[in-house]
Amino acid sequence: MSLLELKNVYKIYGELHALDNVNFTVEKGEWVSIMGPSGSGKSTMMNIIGCMDKPSKGEVLLDGVDIAKESAKNLTAIRRDKIGLIFQQFHLVNYLTAVENVMLAQYYHSMPDEKEALEALERVGLAGRAKHLPSQLSGGEQQRVCVARALINTPEIILADEPTGNLDEKNEEIVVDLFHKLHDEGTTLIVVTHDPEVAEVAQRRIVLRDGKITKSVVNENFTGKIRFS
Amino acid sequence: MFLRMIRGTLLRQWKKMLMIAFTIALGASLASAMLSVMLDVEDKVNQELKTYGANITVVPKAASVLNELYEVEGGEASGAYLAEGELGKIKTIFWAFNIVDYAPFVNVNAALDDGSTVKTVGSWFNHHMELPTGEQLDAGITSLRSWWEIVQGAWLDEQKEGDDADVCMIGTALAKKLGKSAGDTLHLTGSESDRSLRIVGIYDAGGDEDDQIYAPLNTVQALDGLDGKIDSIEVSALTTPDNELAEKAAKDPGSLTVSQYETWYCTAYASAICWQIQEVITDSVASPVRQVADSEGAILEKTKLLMILITILSLIGAALGICNLVTASVMERSSEIGLMKAIGAQNGAVSGLVLTEICMTAVIGGVVGFFAGFGFAQIIGHTVFGSSITMRPVVIPIVAILVILVTLAGSIPAIRMLLRLRPAEVLHGGR
Repeated sequence: MSLLELKNVYKIYGELHALDNVNFTVEKGEWVSIMGPSGSGKSTMMNIIGCMDKPSKGEVLLDGVDIAKESAKNLTAIRRDKIGLIFQQFHLVNYLTAVENVMLAQYYHSMPDEKEALEALERVGLAGRAKHLPSQLSGGEQQRVCVARALINTPEIILADEPTGNLDEKNEEIVVDLFHKLHDEGTTLIVVTHDPEVAEVAQRRIVLRDGKITKSVVNENFTGKIRFS
Repeated sequence: MFLRMIRGTLLRQWKKMLMIAFTIALGASLASAMLSVMLDVEDKVNQELKTYGANITVVPKAASVLNELYEVEGGEASGAYLAEGELGKIKTIFWAFNIVDYAPFVNVNAALDDGSTVKTVGSWFNHHMELPTGEQLDAGITSLRSWWEIVQGAWLDEQKEGDDADVCMIGTALAKKLGKSAGDTLHLTGSESDRSLRIVGIYDAGGDEDDQIYAPLNTVQALDGLDGKIDSIEVSALTTPDNELAEKAAKDPGSLTVSQYETWYCTAYASAICWQIQEVITDSVASPVRQVADSEGAILEKTKLLMILITILSLIGAALGICNLVTASVMERSSEIGLMKAIGAQNGAVSGLVLTEICMTAVIGGVVGFFAGFGFAQIIGHTVFGSSITMRPVVIPIVAILVILVTLAGSIPAIRMLLRLRPAEVLHGGR
């Protein structure tokens, strides 16, 4: 059974079909990138996969559960237990330190554990910046805190929305290396991006246009390492 | 973690929280000031209204009939008297706390040395009473006739002189006629004895009393051998304005149903207080001095209503202020709240966090507002009544409950907005 399966998924806003009969699957441990131009439906798909929205029609099976039929309360619980979210804008709570931001995800999941949170920061190379506020961190560092926060509850899927959109090349490489490490450890990754260099790193690349999947390309030369042109 | 988040919000958004605290403080201060004044206003207005004199008169039943038939006054005319020994019972009736002052009167026609007679009235001046309830009361005409102007000497101090001392006060007209001044002596002869009374004060009452002599009750009783007897009692009582029920009861309490009777009896209508006085003073008829009784009650009711309206309006204002500020705060933090929901916070957890922040701010604002309100109450007390307002402990829980209710009511729109907030919309748009 696939970890994630979208069957005949539509998202319709009035006349607009943001997603139009989308079908695809993601296997456990797979690294998939979803790319497409602005307005192609990437964010809509991310919202649906991330249990932050429901499709107008179709089935979205996450670990065998059709999340399209779940209540808002259950979707929150599924999101908390199975999905780690990474955002382009980082969305760190600016009055909490790096370690507290990581602990926030633990707090809403189970129990905050500072030791575990520090270990997560260590994994992303930020052990020395644990007590810093987001305003005292660079964009790359903030994104790594965001990755640590997404990892802390060992989710089934890491769902990243334009994770390198606000980063320079150096930090982009650091974040992609982190994804590579996570993939090696068996984490399932879905990365939504419009950056071809980031998209091409993944094992499989899905291209969206006008709400439809126009291409699904398997990376034959998968290394998990970014190559800048 | 929860406390870290609360602390973080309070410190980070201190300006907004200060505004919320200030709004709550303003509402709480007005509420506590108005409530303090409202609860104390009875005493204050009562002190003011005491200057209007008594609003209930009590006479013997027989004298009452004669009064109505022939318009004559005094037990002498009817031969009926009230018993002085029963005076204390007036402060034992159901509405005892509404009886703020009273004085007995005995009238005697005493002869002066020149053979002329003069009406001599015996009464209490500042008679001190320690009641069975533990209450202490200084009752008498010093406060019941507070409009009298003392033109010479001073008010007769009964507590200093005693209630059968050979002292008196006389009216200006009589003083002029007799050529007497404060400190002079008057020799009075009654049917049973004669007394020489030292004049301690001369008053100007602006009426018939200016031709009369006022002396301690027992002194005057001794002149005519009326020991333990009094002609009438004047009572100053705090009353509720009459309504249809009170008017019906005043005509005939027997016409009321049991429940109507209970309602009437347990409401401070002048007629109910009169009825209760009649119950404790043997063979008496108590009747309201209608105009005074009505105006006293009406003034008090209107004053209280005004206070309640100001309190309600100030609380509505505070609720609207809180509503705007909290809504603005939630809107400003929408991405933070969206993030919390995205990483697994249920609506209850996020609402709890926001409400805790607001309630903590409300507690600070409420405490500051309470003390500020106490200060406002003192300003009102000194400006309007010329004395300080007593802070009643009951104001504290009432203000606390009002602050909580107003804060929660003011937070409802923000909480509704928070519950409707979808993480997808605030974290990266809906498309």
